[in-house]
Amino acid sequence: MTSLNFLVLVCLGYVALLFTVAFAADRLAARGRSTWLRSPLVYTLSLSIYCTAWTFYGAVGYAARSGLEYVTIYLGPTLVMLGWWWGLRKLVRIGRSQRVTSIADLISSRYGKSNSLAICVTLLAVIGVTPYIALQLQSITLSFSIFADADPNGAYAEHSSVVLVAIGLAVFAILFGTRNLDVNERHHGVVTAVALEAIVKLLALIAVGVFVVWGLAGGIGPMMERIDASEIGTWQVNSGRWVAITFLAAAAFVCLPRMFQVMVVENDDERHLRTAAWAFPLYLLLMSLFVVPIAVVGLDIMPEGSNPDMFVLTIPISQGRDGLAMLSFLGGFSSATSMVIVAAMALSTMVSNHIVMPIWLSSRGGGASVSGDVRDVILLARRVSIAVIMALGYFYYRLSGGGAALAAIGLIAFAGIAQILPALVGGLFWRGATRTGALVGLIVGFAVWTYTLLLPTLGAGMLSQAVLDAGPFGIVWLRPQALFGIAGLDPMVHATLWSLSLNAIAFCAVSLASFPSPLERLQGAQYVNVFDHSAGPRGWTGSVAQSEDLMIMSQRILGAGQAQELFSSEAEAQGVSGHLPEPTPVFLERLERELAGSVGAATAHAMIGQIVGGSSVSVEDLLAVADESAQLLEYSSQLEAKSAELSRTARKLREANEKLTQLSVQKDAFLSQVSHELRTPMTSIRAFSEILRDADGLEPADKVRYATIIHDEALRLTRLLNDLLDLSVLESGQVNLNRRDGLLCDVLDHASAAALAGSDRTLILHRNRPDEEIHLSTDLDRLAQVFINLIANAQKYCDAEQPELRIRVHGNADRLMIDFVDNGSGVPGEAQGLIFEKFARIGTEKASGAGLGLAICREIMQRLDGTVTYLDGIPGGAFRVTLPMAARLAAQ
Amino acid sequence: MTEPATEPGRALRPVFLERQSYRRRRLMDAARLLPLLGILLFVIPLLWPVPDPDVPGGDGVPMSSAMIYMFAAWAAMIVVIALFGLSSRHWSRNDSPHGPGQG
Repeated sequence: MTSLNFLVLVCLGYVALLFTVAFAADRLAARGRSTWLRSPLVYTLSLSIYCTAWTFYGAVGYAARSGLEYVTIYLGPTLVMLGWWWGLRKLVRIGRSQRVTSIADLISSRYGKSNSLAICVTLLAVIGVTPYIALQLQSITLSFSIFADADPNGAYAEHSSVVLVAIGLAVFAILFGTRNLDVNERHHGVVTAVALEAIVKLLALIAVGVFVVWGLAGGIGPMMERIDASEIGTWQVNSGRWVAITFLAAAAFVCLPRMFQVMVVENDDERHLRTAAWAFPLYLLLMSLFVVPIAVVGLDIMPEGSNPDMFVLTIPISQGRDGLAMLSFLGGFSSATSMVIVAAMALSTMVSNHIVMPIWLSSRGGGASVSGDVRDVILLARRVSIAVIMALGYFYYRLSGGGAALAAIGLIAFAGIAQILPALVGGLFWRGATRTGALVGLIVGFAVWTYTLLLPTLGAGMLSQAVLDAGPFGIVWLRPQALFGIAGLDPMVHATLWSLSLNAIAFCAVSLASFPSPLERLQGAQYVNVFDHSAGPRGWTGSVAQSEDLMIMSQRILGAGQAQELFSSEAEAQGVSGHLPEPTPVFLERLERELAGSVGAATAHAMIGQIVGGSSVSVEDLLAVADESAQLLEYSSQLEAKSAELSRTARKLREANEKLTQLSVQKDAFLSQVSHELRTPMTSIRAFSEILRDADGLEPADKVRYATIIHDEALRLTRLLNDLLDLSVLESGQVNLNRRDGLLCDVLDHASAAALAGSDRTLILHRNRPDEEIHLSTDLDRLAQVFINLIANAQKYCDAEQPELRIRVHGNADRLMIDFVDNGSGVPGEAQGLIFEKFARIGTEKASGAGLGLAICREIMQRLDGTVTYLDGIPGGAFRVTLPMAARLAAQ
Repeated sequence: MTEPATEPGRALRPVFLERQSYRRRRLMDAARLLPLLGILLFVIPLLWPVPDPDVPGGDGVPMSSAMIYMFAAWAAMIVVIALFGLSSRHWSRNDSPHGPGQG
């Protein structure tokens, strides 16, 4: 009799072998000599993690209870494989071209890289798979306890062994599943170990089967007779369950995270599917071939009441075949361990990429541009996730009591995971599927599944018997196991039917009613038409992206060496080797895909988005998405742009025309004014010169008076012409400023001296010299011209008895103001708007000026970037000259 | 003289495919139909009579026959898909499942 200690020893030896194989495979892969590791055979065998301990041990028990119904679990995947050419091949192609890391990543990436969807799928997967892991732990402990029962000397503690098994599996998964953070997310070590385990479990089951058929029953013929004579000897299945379970198995085969991991993520070459398409169904067929014989013989020869789930193990033991029992034990052990390892790995990828990393990134505040290596964080997150998932599985096992309740879990998990199917299939084949639709469908399906299947079956105490019998709040048609009053269905069929159909209906209806974001439409086209253009998703407009930031971020995720290699190869491709590459859209796409391999599509997209900023979708992309309507749209938008341009041009033309008309009017007015101004002195000059010529006998005094008048008028004419010339130069902007440095007080001194020279009327100036000690850098002559004008005006027009002029200098941070305030009556309100116009004069009595002085002042101040304004509300005439502080030098 | 100028219509896709492409299209059709065939084969057992004590001779189908049918059908499907894989072995990797046009 095999002792328990020997069993433990064999177990440890087997695990050591697996470690060695995984380690060697990783080494080979690292050296690039892993051609046989990438063979279709290894791929096919790795798919066999579909056959867990639940199917290894449980299938026989299933057959002993329900006859041939157990084959449905294998028929589903077979049907999926039959359709590999248009189904799985597309999935694998998308997975490879988009660098998908998990099923959650695939769904989120399809629906616009939405992280909320990824979180949803991840939670669903954790809830669905954790009990499944518990089931594996149970099967391992059960098989241990069978040996313990047979070994009278063995001291066996169930709980501690479960803990040890869980810890051991977690360590294996951590060691080989999170050793490296490969951009391709491939784990050659784990896959090779899984392939080895696949061979062991197949050999074990076939060995037991051969022993039963030829060793115990005496050949095929007697075996068949024995089968027909047994209590499961007649074909009898529930049609509803047959169809529902086949469907669920097919759905789970695609949607289970661990299956997705080995089938899509670990896939090296999609041509492997061609081999797997026939080899994997063959593997399943062989796995199920001897199930019924073992069940029948077990029912025959084992004592009444023995657990049919353990026939694979108990029949060899009861016949004293210790070697066979050991092999069978190893088969079951392999099934459980490979499933748990890959499932924990796949779940940890999902949890770390879609839950931990987004939280960590947002908690760091600075987002993707924080320095430091993120790889450690990712790996740590994965390791912790694996440990947490294993712990969850363990606690679930303890809480559920490890009894028969667990056996039902396999199918319940299948039904839960199958809720992903509508979103997945819709995403792959229907461009109209939207993120909102997928989210609503998932939530509805998940809720119905929980209500109709999970709670009634497992949650003893969570749903009272009253609710099961009469529905919540006495609403009969809401009974969990008879929704809408349709009673009498098998609970499994009932839950599958309602959860999946409501899920699909919600998904389709909401998808039809909602409108996808541009990125969703783009990804939708990429997914659905993946065979037409297997390029990656289009997207980044790199003009704003900073290569350096990208480099820093990639180093943290890919590691310094790999990131530098990537960047330098890209730089070489761009022809700028030795420098950082330009962030072209193509390069950004490539970088995003590389990063997606490590942190998932949604996170990678978000990280690059943080650095690149702005939209990832250009107008051209959107037009391409919108297909035929796009062209119409483009055409009409071009037309619109053209018509807008036309109307803009027309408006400009109209404005120009109005301006020209105004100018013409102004020119006419100006000409008439100028001619008027010129005519007045000319008239008096002509008149007096005619008198001098024609009148004889003029008094010498009169002669002198008339000649003086002519001289004065000629002077006035000259002044007028000078002013006009000055104004035209200033207005045409052709004036050259002669910038010099000087003191404001000097300018004022010069101006007052010039303005008051030769004047008969006295004007008292009030100045505050200390205020005027201001350094200026401007055209001092022009400025003086303005001051002269203002002082002369005050002298001329101030109507006070004793005219006084007060010059005040003040200013603020950016402007310097010089006020000229006299004590006269000032400019009447209605004339204030006019005084700066040409030929504007107030009053006609003193017609010594041409009325161009203030107009010239205004023009000069405009050239000097300042203003001259009339100050209203002050007694007396007041003008303010404002200069920009730029003209004032920094105070010494 | 010179060769006759190509007529504009001739440049378009030919109406009929050459034999090899035609065969390939039909194989793709077959690949699409295979799961349907599989489903058909696997639900046929649901039509079999179930044991009924009220009907004389209503013993239903013996388990051995059921097993033989199931596994034979299963094996047949495996052979068919393997043959498809074999014949599609030389197709280029980028063949779309729809092919260029539906031919």
